[in-house]
Amino acid sequence: MTLAVKRTNKVLKNEKIAEGIYDMWLEAKDMASFAKPGQFVSLYCNDGSRLLPRPISICETDQSTESLRLLYRVVGKGTEEFSKLRPGDMIDCMGPLGNGFTFEGTRALIIGGGIGIPPLLELAKRLSCEKTIVLGFRDETFLVKDFEKYGSTYVATENGNLGTKGNVLDAIRKHRLTGDIIYACGPAPMLRGIKEFAMESKIKAQLSLEERMACGIGACLACVCKSVKTDPHTNVNNKRICKEGPVFYAEEVIL
Amino acid sequence: MKNADINLKVNIAGITFQNPVTTASGTFGSGMEYSDFVDLSRLGALTTKGVSLDPWPGNPTPRVAETYGGMLNAIGLQNPGIDVFIKRDLPFLKSYNTRIIVNVVGKTEEEYCAVVERLSDCDVDMLEVNISCPNVKEGGIAFGQDPKRVEAITKQVKKYSKKPLIIKLSPNVTDIGENAKAAEAGGADAISLINTLTGMKIDVERRAFVLANKTGGLSGPAIKPIAVRMVYQAACAVQIPIIGMGGIMNGEDALEFIMAGATMVAVGTANFINPKATMEVIDGIEAYLKRNNIKDINELIGCVR
Repeated sequence: MTLAVKRTNKVLKNEKIAEGIYDMWLEAKDMASFAKPGQFVSLYCNDGSRLLPRPISICETDQSTESLRLLYRVVGKGTEEFSKLRPGDMIDCMGPLGNGFTFEGTRALIIGGGIGIPPLLELAKRLSCEKTIVLGFRDETFLVKDFEKYGSTYVATENGNLGTKGNVLDAIRKHRLTGDIIYACGPAPMLRGIKEFAMESKIKAQLSLEERMACGIGACLACVCKSVKTDPHTNVNNKRICKEGPVFYAEEVIL
Repeated sequence: MKNADINLKVNIAGITFQNPVTTASGTFGSGMEYSDFVDLSRLGALTTKGVSLDPWPGNPTPRVAETYGGMLNAIGLQNPGIDVFIKRDLPFLKSYNTRIIVNVVGKTEEEYCAVVERLSDCDVDMLEVNISCPNVKEGGIAFGQDPKRVEAITKQVKKYSKKPLIIKLSPNVTDIGENAKAAEAGGADAISLINTLTGMKIDVERRAFVLANKTGGLSGPAIKPIAVRMVYQAACAVQIPIIGMGGIMNGEDALEFIMAGATMVAVGTANFINPKATMEVIDGIEAYLKRNNIKDINELIGCVR
């Protein structure tokens, strides 16, 4: 039984915080209180020519106002439509979907890259253990101050704008960062690198994956990833990112 | 007029369905994922995702892409195979008070027949033979584009089936009427149409195909006028009942298919946009009948000629 619901939610705030990156708060009764770090919501376009929901990770929840924070990048017409929403506008939303991160270990190494960074904020907020946070950006940074509240935060930028010049792994090696559990979300090449790093350093790693989705609830089988063991749905090696994921242990999946 | 005075029941091959709304194969799994959102017992029937003899892993990702008013999919019929279906999915489906239509797929004629034979002693209501999937290299559409092959496979599968048989037709043909007649001549108890239209999307920034499979099946409201036209043409060509589908989003869309000649309709892509779409289609049909003072849905089947 899932706790997901579909309803029309009110936009509380929707602001551009970096080039192409928007910060939205949604009123989300029946969603915010159940949402776990690492879960996502499906956002639906108001324009009927754009049928499919856009899966957006939950960046933060506010239990007192029952609202959700979604940080998203404008990558196409759907997200462009979202970027034009104003406070008071309504948007169809389904969630919370998928499985979130599992809390474990005593020294967390939280690693985010680009638009994979947002879901790690709620995680950093809720984890009570010792936390080291590494954030990688192409050039412009975002959310860094939000993360600094929850742990020692290191930044890497590809152009050397801020922090280590290079990627998250360069920052990890430079500062000799470690932990007993890795939580990571970011582009596929970054996750492949982190999986390798985690194996070498013998650190358990939870990775949050993404793929093009349709239904978001495990029925259409669009968003599968290759898994080491057979999956519970089809008994092949295809885990559903929306249902069994989006968070997987590094050793479970073939990236 | 009260709702209780309205008859939504329809009949195909001697089987009564409580209403004319089912699910389009592949958009509803075996119902499990949707049971959190809708009461499956309200469906006229639940049509399952295609079931093959062995588990099929499907195609590489990306498997879906959005297009204007529609979507392309190239899932490739990923499914757990008949053993898991019978052991896991069927008992789940039997816990609901709805008719069960099992969609059958295969790479060869023998494989279709083997799955059909396995299902013959199962407690299911009808079988739908998918000879129209555009996303697999073997089987699927290969059987569905030539009327001679449509008739031949229908005859062959019919020999193994103790259940009434629906043949699911492809729209990727020159003359849908010929294929409908071929299925009827082969002994089909009903036909369903349309499956998806073969399409393609190119990412101009990356200068690459969006789908890993290059092509995919187009579905959604964008294809509805084609689907309605084809259901009409098929209805003019054959006597057997038709299950119509293609872009149905609401009750009025469903009624177009019924007026064109469909006895039942299937809701597909709409489930991805609104998990309660099937219920809204049933309610929409009922509201239309009430509004127009029509007592029996059967009065509307093929009423536009």
